[in-house]
Amino acid sequence: MKPLQLIKRILLYVLAISLLIFTFYPFMYMIGTSFKSMSEFFVNPYSIFPELFTIEHYFSVFDMGLSNYFLNSMIITTSAVVITVMIASLASYPLSRMKFRLNRPLFLLFVAGMMLPIHATLIPIFVLTQGMGVYDTLLALLGPYVAFSLPISIFILTQFMQEIPKELEEAAQLDGANHWKIFWKVIFPNIVPAISTIVIYNFVFLWTEFIFALILITSPSNMTLPLGLQNFYGEFMINVPGLMAALTLASLPVLLLFILAQERVVKGLTGGAVKG
Amino acid sequence: MKTAVDTDVIMISPEQKKNKRKKGKTILLFVLPALLVYSIFILYPIIATFNYSMYNWNGVQAQKTFIGLENYFTLFSDSTFWQALQNNMLLVLVSVFVQIPLGLIMALVLFSPIMGKKFLNVIFFLPYLMSTVAIGLLWIFMYDPINGPVNQIVQLFGFNAIPWLADKNTAMIAILIVVIWQFSPFYMILFKAAMVGIPDELYEAASIDGANELQKFFYVTLPALIPTFVTSSILAIVGSLKAFDIFYIMTGGGPGGATEILGTYMYKQGFINFSMGYASTIAAVMFLIAFACVIIIQVIEYQRKKRGLFS
Repeated sequence: MKPLQLIKRILLYVLAISLLIFTFYPFMYMIGTSFKSMSEFFVNPYSIFPELFTIEHYFSVFDMGLSNYFLNSMIITTSAVVITVMIASLASYPLSRMKFRLNRPLFLLFVAGMMLPIHATLIPIFVLTQGMGVYDTLLALLGPYVAFSLPISIFILTQFMQEIPKELEEAAQLDGANHWKIFWKVIFPNIVPAISTIVIYNFVFLWTEFIFALILITSPSNMTLPLGLQNFYGEFMINVPGLMAALTLASLPVLLLFILAQERVVKGLTGGAVKG
Repeated sequence: MKTAVDTDVIMISPEQKKNKRKKGKTILLFVLPALLVYSIFILYPIIATFNYSMYNWNGVQAQKTFIGLENYFTLFSDSTFWQALQNNMLLVLVSVFVQIPLGLIMALVLFSPIMGKKFLNVIFFLPYLMSTVAIGLLWIFMYDPINGPVNQIVQLFGFNAIPWLADKNTAMIAILIVVIWQFSPFYMILFKAAMVGIPDELYEAASIDGANELQKFFYVTLPALIPTFVTSSILAIVGSLKAFDIFYIMTGGGPGGATEILGTYMYKQGFINFSMGYASTIAAVMFLIAFACVIIIQVIEYQRKKRGLFS
């Protein structure tokens, strides 16, 4: 190898390793610390690999209510994602495949939601939720969660639906299918990849959602995972390994999802951005 | 494209009228569920926010006093508001001038002949997958003045330990580092996607013309990535207005307002001080800023497309 090339190689590796340390060290710190005993943490807080692995913290955080937060997050995330997929695909069908006067304005109205600062809706939603009598229940989160998942979902679905060949629809029409039938028999089976994209995007977005949970939920029994973690922090000020175990567990579902379906997750998370 | 025959006919037979009404009904049935949820939880709240912003109201009692634009005048002479706005703008600058370039560097590393690319690819992306709350809590301990690894490194270089989050001069920097850590991978992915799309022929042609690596980067790669820079910047501007979680978790806007952003200030006014009217004013201004940004971006985009700039 020529000297110049060697220098270039070395520089590249130095850069890559610096970036690796910057991104990976906090993770290793989190996971490593979660396996340390309290005494080991205080003696040696910086090491990544504990001398003695202990998994007691993982059990104790579950005893302290983490499983409850997990369950709440699962319930609300799953129901919001399912409802979003349903109503977003229904709405995307006429928006992408039918001609009517309000088509474009309606589409823009929905998609404009992507640019919105959530804060502009917080106080009215807080008031509304109390008026509906669902304040401090999981149900309070459902409306805002579905509503804020709609813009990107409709954006992705309409783009995808436009690609479906017109002939498929016309053939079904000749067979006497109405729009409802066409939607279920022709459109829906053809948008499965787009649906998996929006399921992933919305799952990650809602699994980590914090501010609506913060203003709409106060009882620990109804808290979602991010809110529960924040609640934990107060109790765990001293028990750092315990808190790290909780943080590791909370991150696990999304990390597993990523490891299992890397390409889909990336596509999901970048959503419409790449095309824009 | 064929014209919309069914909406623009001159003579409408009863049959067509019936069909048209039927079609309208079908469309409505498909769109209605989404439109309803969207109207109740997004459109109505925005209008209500503007309405509340003209009242003196604590949000708890039913009684509201109409005060017109007084909240807005108060806001414009409120130094905390300006401080928060300034911090939001700092966030935009850091996104555009640090995160986006860092994302590009990450993408370039992953495109270079280097061992362990698959591994790096996963690791680089990890921070973006964690919930912001978890990230905030993790980094509070990273910055811990006594047991935190960040100060360990600082001391390694012979400096004194710094109370990162408690010091007015360092709190904002400390949070910005976390934001960079969290969001650079997102831009990395955008750049990676764009770089995959650059045709190999361009590089081959450049090689034939005798271009070296650096020239290839400046004359082939970089120009092809300009649309990604534009998209990224738009996302950075809009995204920075939405920021809340990391600031709320790590410092709550403190110390002494050093890390206050519009989101945390609005939350505090509304849900801690119970000045719902005033908080609505902050929220309304946030909406207006976002709206203005979107309009400006659209105009620039339109001009750009018209003149064929950068595309």
